[in-house]
Amino acid sequence: MTQTRERILAGIRTSLGRGPPDAHTLAELRSRLAARRRNVIPARAAALDECDRVDLFVAMAEEVQTTVARVVSPAMVPEEIARYLAAENLAAEIVAAPDPGLDAIPWEIRPLLRIRRGRAGADDKVSLTACHAAIAETGTLMLISGRHTPTTLNFLPETHIVIVRRGQVVATYEDAMDRLCAEGASRPLPRVINFITGPSRTADIEQHIELGAHGPRRLHIVLLDEAQATERVGEDEQRGAGGQ
Amino acid sequence: MLATSRNFKANARAGLADDNLQKALALARTGFPLRRSLAVERLPEFEALRESGRSIKDHVLAHLDFYLELYESRAVAAGGKVHWASTAQEACAAVLQICRSVGARTVTKGKSMVAEEVGLNDFLEANGITPVETDLGEYIIQLREEPPSHIIAPAIHLIKEQVAETFRAEHSALDPARPLVEPRQMCEEARAMLRPRFLAADVGITGANFLVAETGSSIIVTNEGNGDLTQTLPRVHIVMTSIEKVVPTLEDAVTLMRLLARSATGQEFSSYTTVSTGPRQPGDLDGPEQYHVVLLDNGRSALLGTDFQDMLRCIRCAACLNHCPVYAAVGGHAYGWVYPGPMGAVLTPSLIGIEEAGHLPNASTFCGRCESVCPVKIPLPKMMRHWREREYAQKLSPPVYRTGLSVWSWVARRPALYHAFAELASRVLGWAGRGRGRFRSLPLANGWTTVRDMPAPEGRSFHSLWAERQR
Ligand code: SF4
Repeated sequence: MTQTRERILAGIRTSLGRGPPDAHTLAELRSRLAARRRNVIPARAAALDECDRVDLFVAMAEEVQTTVARVVSPAMVPEEIARYLAAENLAAEIVAAPDPGLDAIPWEIRPLLRIRRGRAGADDKVSLTACHAAIAETGTLMLISGRHTPTTLNFLPETHIVIVRRGQVVATYEDAMDRLCAEGASRPLPRVINFITGPSRTADIEQHIELGAHGPRRLHIVLLDEAQATERVGEDEQRGAGGQ
Repeated sequence: MLATSRNFKANARAGLADDNLQKALALARTGFPLRRSLAVERLPEFEALRESGRSIKDHVLAHLDFYLELYESRAVAAGGKVHWASTAQEACAAVLQICRSVGARTVTKGKSMVAEEVGLNDFLEANGITPVETDLGEYIIQLREEPPSHIIAPAIHLIKEQVAETFRAEHSALDPARPLVEPRQMCEEARAMLRPRFLAADVGITGANFLVAETGSSIIVTNEGNGDLTQTLPRVHIVMTSIEKVVPTLEDAVTLMRLLARSATGQEFSSYTTVSTGPRQPGDLDGPEQYHVVLLDNGRSALLGTDFQDMLRCIRCAACLNHCPVYAAVGGHAYGWVYPGPMGAVLTPSLIGIEEAGHLPNASTFCGRCESVCPVKIPLPKMMRHWREREYAQKLSPPVYRTGLSVWSWVARRPALYHAFAELASRVLGWAGRGRGRFRSLPLANGWTTVRDMPAPEGRSFHSLWAERQR
């Protein structure tokens, strides 16, 4: 095994007509890595302000058959999920990530919504997770694995519901990855980063696009847009002030 | 996989006569290029991204030893194991050894062209381990015992009636009276058949679209989610990949990913892009306990520093296949090995030898569409020409062609003689072809005239007409 390794590396150097990289080259290569330089960044999302960025995220997500519902308070999340499940004719039984981020939602206001916390099993039909970031550029969700965020939730059940907070919507993949660690720190990655763009699909038979090939058939986003609520409240206050 | 590239001409003839194949290809011919062009139009930065993608890959290839060593050390630091393999046999042996060490009986597989390249399925089966392909297209062709005909759409050579027929024959436990007409019904059936296989597999094998040196990660890009189920559910995840897949940073990987889906299927981004780094971490509720990477060379390192180095930039998007008039006419199986179309015409002789694959670089109209759509700007036609030159230099091309070419070049290097011959030939052919204006057959040129007529010249050569005008 190590012999093979040495043989391949030596073969590469022979083909390139040089020995191992010298100190100068090494320094250059290391500084390229440390800089984590961004390459070409599409202006599509990068150039937008927060409001337009969120709108672009929603539009791009809907383009790939993700459904999106906007709510303005945590209390509206259980309502929306119950509505969605009823509309899709699905049982009100959910397996949810044991993610403390989901604890701020007042689930008790919908006692008929049965929620189990844990990883997904073969029989789970609907899963619920938060996300790490939402990428406006292509309507993509970024989820990471961890002790509170098992990966099976993203793939085994037929329906995956994801709660996205407005502040999590970023412009680009690069912005999303920067949220993994502080600037300049080394990047110890979670076991898995899942970039998810729409439900599972295939076009392997006569190029017909069919949803739900092996992963979820439906991907539903509940966008928790508290800023929108604050803005509205702000507007009301102004109106109130004008009337006095 | 056993190559039949030597039989390209016979394979191609069979492809042209196959009605089902022609129907299937007609769908692909329009679909892929249209979707790609719409996606490219929507992204004004696309050309700049191509340039950037090209330079990232060139940079990696110039320092491939450094990035592979870095990649290995980071992957190991994350708890992964890296297995280097010079040849297909070594790669297969590494996989078998891992499977045996955990007593594996069944293995699920995500799509991997490298696994096709090393013939992994046959090898595992011969050693008592059942590989189950889970990508819908791969699953269909595995049932039919066929090789893939396209690098991203392996069953593109089939029409839905053939898929239905295969499912009826292979899924014999299901109700024979069930309706199986629409692709929707076939997808559902495959989903239902494969779900228990995902859950029962001991080992999951995927490919990798990219390896990230900075983080020791492997990346897969899929639409079905089968790759993710394959690598999440079993106790062991094996990544089958090759040395040229490494890139320096996540930023570099992302740049190439912006090119990949758009060039491949015309999607803005594929449904699932998954970055994997090592096995299950302490406290994780799921994920594999072991994470292995098999790093295959198989002739790639020998391409560095040659006329074919640029080919190692390839990100396997299949745009060159989708835009190739030869591929569109004869289909992927004609090429006789795992990599078809323009990228295969360059890569196959590099990996299995020009003696076996000499026909492939000749199977080109040199229209240049492949190069113009390649997201990493690989000069495919130029490299096909390099292969033709080598084939000629190694005296592998047919004798008539070689003699003809040496006579022509001897004459062409003597301008006076050349002009005299050209003038004479134009007059003779012009005289012989008068009346009809074309030839149905010509001595030494029946390769041309059996399928089309040769137009007769007007009777004077361009040179002599030009000389006359200059006077
Ligand atoms: S050669 Fe270029 S166009 Fe063809 S598959 Fe490779 S990257 Fe894509």
